[in-house]
Amino acid sequence: MDWLLYAGADPVHKILLMLIAIVLFVVLMGIILFVVDRPRNPSRWFVGFGFTGAALLLLLLGLVYPAIRTIINSFMNRNSTEFVGLDNYIVAFTEPRFLVVLGNTALWVLVAPLAATFLGLVYAYLVDKSRFEALAKGLVFLPMAISMVGASIIWKFVYEFKPAGVNQTGLLNQFIVWLGGEPQQFLIGRPLNTFLIMVVFVWIQAGFAMTLLSASIKAIPDDIVEAARLDGVSGFGMFWRITIPSIRPALVVVLTTIAMTTLKTFDIVRTMTAGQYGTSIVALEFYDQRFRQNEAGLSAALAVLLFVIVVPVIIYNVRQQRLSEDVR
Amino acid sequence: MTIRMASKRRAVALAATGASLALVLTACADTNDGGGGDGGGGGEATQATIDCAAFDEFGDLDGTEVSVYTTIVEPEAETQTASYKPFEDCTGVTINYEGSREMEAQLPVRVQAGNPPDIAILPQPGLLQTLVNDYDAVLPAPEQVEANVDEGWAPEWKEYGTVDGTFYAAPLGSNVKSYVWYSPSMFADAGYEVPTTWDELTELTATIAEGNEGATRPWCAGIESGDATGWPGTDWIEDVVLRTAGPDVYDQWYTHEIPFNDPQIVDAFDTAGEILKNPDYVNGGLGGVDSIATATWTDAGYPILDGNCWMHRAANFYQTQWPEGTEVGPDGDVYAFYLPAQTADEKPTLVAGEFIGAFTDRPEVQAFQTYLSSADWANAKAQATPAGGWVSANNGLDPDLLATDFDRLSAEILADPATVARFDASDLMPAAVGTDSFWSGMVDWFASDQSSQEVTDQIESSWPSN
Repeated sequence: MDWLLYAGADPVHKILLMLIAIVLFVVLMGIILFVVDRPRNPSRWFVGFGFTGAALLLLLLGLVYPAIRTIINSFMNRNSTEFVGLDNYIVAFTEPRFLVVLGNTALWVLVAPLAATFLGLVYAYLVDKSRFEALAKGLVFLPMAISMVGASIIWKFVYEFKPAGVNQTGLLNQFIVWLGGEPQQFLIGRPLNTFLIMVVFVWIQAGFAMTLLSASIKAIPDDIVEAARLDGVSGFGMFWRITIPSIRPALVVVLTTIAMTTLKTFDIVRTMTAGQYGTSIVALEFYDQRFRQNEAGLSAALAVLLFVIVVPVIIYNVRQQRLSEDVR
Repeated sequence: MTIRMASKRRAVALAATGASLALVLTACADTNDGGGGDGGGGGEATQATIDCAAFDEFGDLDGTEVSVYTTIVEPEAETQTASYKPFEDCTGVTINYEGSREMEAQLPVRVQAGNPPDIAILPQPGLLQTLVNDYDAVLPAPEQVEANVDEGWAPEWKEYGTVDGTFYAAPLGSNVKSYVWYSPSMFADAGYEVPTTWDELTELTATIAEGNEGATRPWCAGIESGDATGWPGTDWIEDVVLRTAGPDVYDQWYTHEIPFNDPQIVDAFDTAGEILKNPDYVNGGLGGVDSIATATWTDAGYPILDGNCWMHRAANFYQTQWPEGTEVGPDGDVYAFYLPAQTADEKPTLVAGEFIGAFTDRPEVQAFQTYLSSADWANAKAQATPAGGWVSANNGLDPDLLATDFDRLSAEILADPATVARFDASDLMPAAVGTDSFWSGMVDWFASDQSSQEVTDQIESSWPSN
């Protein structure tokens, strides 16, 4: 049994376990499909459960059960041995350091999606039907292919500080020196550092927003645009009165999707500052409390908070997705 | 902070790409044959011989396996596994070695999942306390181990492996942290003597500062260390507490008999600040005071090599951080002197080390624990580490087996009766302080220029109430 559960550092053992798991999966699915196919006139329930049963079971085990455990743990002490009521939540909402974390998270959710969507939208509108459209879109989309950690390391170099008189390694400080200024410590000062870290996120996500919104802009019926032209609408009026209202559902979907991504952000902050200098956000603080301080209760409370924040965004996002499908 | 050293130490650069490829391949293949280490130290690893009779009482162990989980990864892992070879040859036990940088976070997870390793090399007493108090998972040390520790180690070392009167974990390696790295040739050219008292040190600092040019400063420091950022700063403070308030206050401090923001501690912060927060004294070749917070600890001493910095306080394991080709020695590129105390006769010394915790009590596990706590192992480890950078406070260790002069100096300090050794306080404090608020407090102290009082008040307020 131990051999099946734990591979340690032996690569051969790991690959064998993986193969066993794949074979198990294939065999199990084969049995299910075979059984569902057997009866002549199966009831709809039987077929439905046959096909979704395995997934539902895994969801229960992998999602519902841990979620309930987390909620229970958030009302318990640091090693989940006794109930402490709302203490963990009180700590999270009263201690200054956690207030900073919650404040940063709020900033992230408000600013980052708006900035990324705005940049993506303007860019998509500007390069639409231009000669270099494919190339221009490709350039902005490229950062999407870079992992968050990779992008963070790149930007960490951009913000890198070396004192005056020593060769600068940071791009930004090099420009400042060329312009005759003093090199700056970018990642230390609050609240600027949080915004500078958001730049990395926006740099990655703007491409995603641009791609989706560009497709929506192209889907605007030509007759509407023609009619507006005949009525004498042009330039900014066109953008504000025709484009935006036509793509509103897509805009909301993009905005909420990026907002959800924002709440999941952990790797950027961990790589850039590890949450130092007052830049920590809930997702990172949760990890720190759980795995570095062994504070099971507090970390569970933070996870529940994150969940509570993200649920309305998800609901709104799903409803808007349905709406945008109806429009089509 | 031993761990950081073990987990974040940069690999000793390899002599050739072919060698590095071979190392990658051997690192991937789970082999246990310790070859000679390569790198700057020179010398060949020799296989130690030990007395196999010590393990007769555990019965026939041939063919059994023991799993070891640790933060010690390549390149140090190679010398670790090589030091187990004599035991494996004696008993026929196979040691399955698993090193991971994530070990500290993963070990409690594995313990909770009912899947602990047989043996864990714990990088700090704080982790041992967590495992004992929160999970009740570590088994008390067997008699033979306790006997070995009583024989080979000073009582305070045994105390670090003890929780609530029960002795759990034998010490393994040791580190000496009270060192100041410097360039002997720079000192000689300028006619400076190595200071032997704190006053001489401050005098020397002021003298050097008068000759500041450009980015050159007397001291350099850096406390950035990924998500452990801040720990080198705590070492500085601990060293100063030992020197300004004394060992007794130090003990009251980490046991929380006095509050963290006690005037004596604030005073120590201020004393450290006289050097570290004076823009005329820091941060040689790296920037201003706030650059201490952002400079990576692994490279913070490099300005010494460019002549931009004169002194860098760092532990003995900083020896392996110097770029390849840097000669460490009294006549080399860099060497270290003991961070002086108020008088030349006092020798308060900050130390750290790893400890051996066991989660199972099969005979082969107990036999291996016994081996690791013995002087035989310490000597085998010394012989398996030809490039140096390892030392132990085990008094059975033969200093002649150590690879470098500098390691022998560390061993000498550890063995010196005048030495008053005190363990790294942040490793002994509760995790909420020792691996969290004390670290971030140091960052704020440098980066946001918070006062000593503000920082210590903040750390005191984070001390767990129970």
